[in-house]
Amino acid sequence: MLSGLEAAFFYLFAFVVVASAFMVISARNPVHSVLFLILAFFNAAGLFLLAGAEFLAMILVVVYVGAVMVLFLFVVMMLDVDFAELKSGALQYAPIGALVGLILAAELIVVTAGYAFAPELGGAVAQPTPDIATRHNTAALGDILYTDYIFQFQMAGLVLLVAMIGAIVLTLRHKENVKRQDVVAQVARKPVIEVKKVETGKGV
Amino acid sequence: MTPELISSLSLASPELIIAVGALALLMVGVFSGRRANDIVNGLAVAVLAGAGAWMLLFAGHGKAFGGAFVSDPFAVFMKVLMLIGAAITLIMSVGFAKAEKFDKFEYPVLVLLASTGMMMMISANDMMTLYLGMELQSLALYVVAAINRDSARSTEAGLKYFVLSALSSGILLYGITLVYGYTGHTGFDAIASALTDTGRQLGLVFGLVLVLAGVAFKISAVPFHMWTPDVYEGAPTPVTAFFASAPKMAAMALMVRVTMTPFEPIGPDWQQIIVFVSIASMALGSFAAIGQRNIKRMMAYSSIGHVGFALVGLAANTEEGIRGVAIYMLIYLVMTLGAFAFILAMRRKDGNVEQINDLAGLAGTNPMMATLLTLLMFSLAGIPPLAGFWGKWYVFLAAINAELYTLAVIGVLMSVVAAYYYLRIIKIMWFDEPDEGFQPMAGELRLVLGASGLFVLFYVLIGAPIGRMAEAAAKTFF
Repeated sequence: MLSGLEAAFFYLFAFVVVASAFMVISARNPVHSVLFLILAFFNAAGLFLLAGAEFLAMILVVVYVGAVMVLFLFVVMMLDVDFAELKSGALQYAPIGALVGLILAAELIVVTAGYAFAPELGGAVAQPTPDIATRHNTAALGDILYTDYIFQFQMAGLVLLVAMIGAIVLTLRHKENVKRQDVVAQVARKPVIEVKKVETGKGV
Repeated sequence: MTPELISSLSLASPELIIAVGALALLMVGVFSGRRANDIVNGLAVAVLAGAGAWMLLFAGHGKAFGGAFVSDPFAVFMKVLMLIGAAITLIMSVGFAKAEKFDKFEYPVLVLLASTGMMMMISANDMMTLYLGMELQSLALYVVAAINRDSARSTEAGLKYFVLSALSSGILLYGITLVYGYTGHTGFDAIASALTDTGRQLGLVFGLVLVLAGVAFKISAVPFHMWTPDVYEGAPTPVTAFFASAPKMAAMALMVRVTMTPFEPIGPDWQQIIVFVSIASMALGSFAAIGQRNIKRMMAYSSIGHVGFALVGLAANTEEGIRGVAIYMLIYLVMTLGAFAFILAMRRKDGNVEQINDLAGLAGTNPMMATLLTLLMFSLAGIPPLAGFWGKWYVFLAAINAELYTLAVIGVLMSVVAAYYYLRIIKIMWFDEPDEGFQPMAGELRLVLGASGLFVLFYVLIGAPIGRMAEAAAKTFF
């Protein structure tokens, strides 16, 4: 069980996660919703830190807060979506939402309770994580990712490269008559430019 | 670097050559200005040839990267076919690129990256490498299908292939999770030994079906073939030629490996699936091609049918059957490349034509082209003594020896039906009123078509060493 400072922080983070998650769906202004979602992610990252999963915590901040949420914010701010109208029928979907939530909760309980029913499952992990005292889990992940799974890791990198090339090939168009900045032309000292000594009071 | 990593890298050196070559050519293309396409295309062919030569001369056999990658005689055989397909289609695209404003240097680079993915598919010995190889290949293929982005049909082809292929990837992944859940492993050898120990469970059969469905999509076997005609018709012709040759080799190799290695202990289960898929592909390929007017669409149905015939060999689940599949794929590759060399050469003054009726009376205007295409069509129909007949002979013989009489009889009947639409092309060329002739063929197309025609004609003479190579490849699994 948690105790002392650890428990205090756990309850702080947990409370803020739940509260801000509630605010995400109840806030009137969609920009506020996104900001509350960011707050929820930060606190979830705090919970991961308490559980000793610092890699997950950092990934959550970097990927979700840094990239995904900023994208969300852009979309919400740039697209003129009438959220009031979107939300108008929300209450009639509440039963279905509650049902989905219940199923998810039941599934989570089954997953976590699996270890209670069959404790030997815990030992059947192919790559057990080393003790946190001997190796941090960022380093432990790196140990596996860059040795046993280096081939798969590099293949995933190639897949992303293809995605990038593909996006550029299919969308980039070189437009004519676009005035691009040409630094070389700007700083070049051509014969046209010269320094003239102007006599005082005469003008050029 | 540990010794294990060094030996792994040396086993995977052909893949490394192509991957590094693709990255280097991307830079070459960016910095070489107007003539980028010609330079990159030539260098890409050189990279593919170099990787193939390196593989045959230096790269050994064995397992690498903790068993995730395997290089064995079967993999080498199929990789050579795949590299030939990719290199020849790149060579054939040169003339088309000039004529049809298809001059993007990214095309050869993407073909190289797709080839890397296909090499990894052929060598996959783990569900993870299987999936990653397949995604690398498919992602590059979506882009090349839509590469002519100003044409509505090309973008439609790319989008259609993308959406359906993403669905099939999902099905494949779901199958992989089920297999992993019921065996506890992703490595092919570990799955096989787990299956021998525990026998099969119902959930695992679901996994097997879904995995085979995902792979069957890539070889465009019925009932996962819907994308093929539209994509073949919509994509630019050199891209269609590529689609019909190299990826088929890789996906068929993957099909053979998935059934022969991880699911080897439950042979009777997957045999039923393969028999069904094979019969359905042969039937649909034969009947649906009859009504086609566009020659690229007809080739799409023809390729569906040929995949069905090749699967007859796999359904036998014997060494003889796998040898039949290997020989069939080689002969199919040569015939397809020849046929597409011809289709690329169907040019009039105002551009390429694709209708079958445009071939009317070709025997009068260009007898050499007509003769070579007649040879190829006879071979595709399976008329002895041409190559196509021997491909069918080996797979049907394997099916009969494995006592799959129904499959063999249906197969022979379907090849008779298929002969109709191949013979119709010959009839149109030789007996219909001459139309306006085609422009003279480009040198490289003439070379490919000629070589392909000679191969199918003289296969009887060169068949013995090819058969021995295929036999060595098939021995891998037995």
